[in-house]
Amino acid sequence: MTIWQIILLASILVLAIKLLGYLVPPKLLASPRAARTAELTTVALLSALIVVQTAGIGQGLVLDARLPAVVVAAALFALKVPFVLVIIAAAACAAVLRAYGWS
Amino acid sequence: MAAEAERRAAWRASLAVALAVSAYGISFGALAVAAGLDILQTCVLSLVMFSGGSQFALIGVIASGGTAAGPAAIAGAALLGLRNGLYAIRVSPIIGPGWPKRLLAGHLTIDESTAVATAQPTLESQRIGFWATGALIYVGWNLTTLLGAVLGDQLGDVRQWGLDAAAAAAFLGLLWPRLTALQPIAVAVGAAVVATALIPVLPQGVPVLVAALVAVVVGLTNLFGVRPAEELDETGERP
Repeated sequence: MTIWQIILLASILVLAIKLLGYLVPPKLLASPRAARTAELTTVALLSALIVVQTAGIGQGLVLDARLPAVVVAAALFALKVPFVLVIIAAAACAAVLRAYGWS
Repeated sequence: MAAEAERRAAWRASLAVALAVSAYGISFGALAVAAGLDILQTCVLSLVMFSGGSQFALIGVIASGGTAAGPAAIAGAALLGLRNGLYAIRVSPIIGPGWPKRLLAGHLTIDESTAVATAQPTLESQRIGFWATGALIYVGWNLTTLLGAVLGDQLGDVRQWGLDAAAAAAFLGLLWPRLTALQPIAVAVGAAVVATALIPVLPQGVPVLVAALVAVVVGLTNLFGVRPAEELDETGERP
């Protein structure tokens, strides 16, 4: 496959999945069990994505400057600091740690 | 006046989220070019795919496996994009009828637009939250993707700027407001444990989806949940 084929096929698939969701009747999520499962699915996906983004390195795990940065972010979110400031603080935390020789 | 305050709050949330997400579009642009994509290919991903998780997953696989890993890269991006389909079901009633509008909404249906929309108290503010967040991020994400791709070489190692940590923190910011009860907290912890255990043994993108099964199990059984009377469905039966 060429890079263009990969990019276009993947992009169309991801877009199609979004559009398909609008064809599903909202009633499907009307029952408490379905609504609860849908909400919890989002929680699980976000939580797993955090792990991947924090400790993932290809198909492997590593503890580097991202972990303290995420801990800082968690503390700031708990203190109800605005989203943008937390993101900047997390990036700055990782950048500073790396500047001092952390991986 | 309460409605005006809600509209303003929805706009404020949209702007804050859009600024933060757009900031790490730079990281995507730079990482994509580092993975071997050219600037146009990088921009097409942000314009058409427009789903950060899927985009990062795709370029991550290409970076390590090249074009030979194409099928895995496509599968990873699509599987990560499945949650957008779920978001679409959730925000569909907020968008309302009318196919042109729903097609456009479909393209803008991502973590952030769904999260901001569903966090608003009224239908009107939910609509503002969805469209403002989706449109602002679409513009911002594509501009910063281009900027990141062009600057890619000058930036050098994007990790040096902590851009990878910013991505993780942004996901945490989306998760945080959902952790309001024991059940979502239990699911978050369970999913994190499952993802951690599976990352080393499964292809990229797959651990996240397996971790989602934690939510399906807990959701269907209502494990760690409460069973108040209002949870009974219309027939009076417990679901």
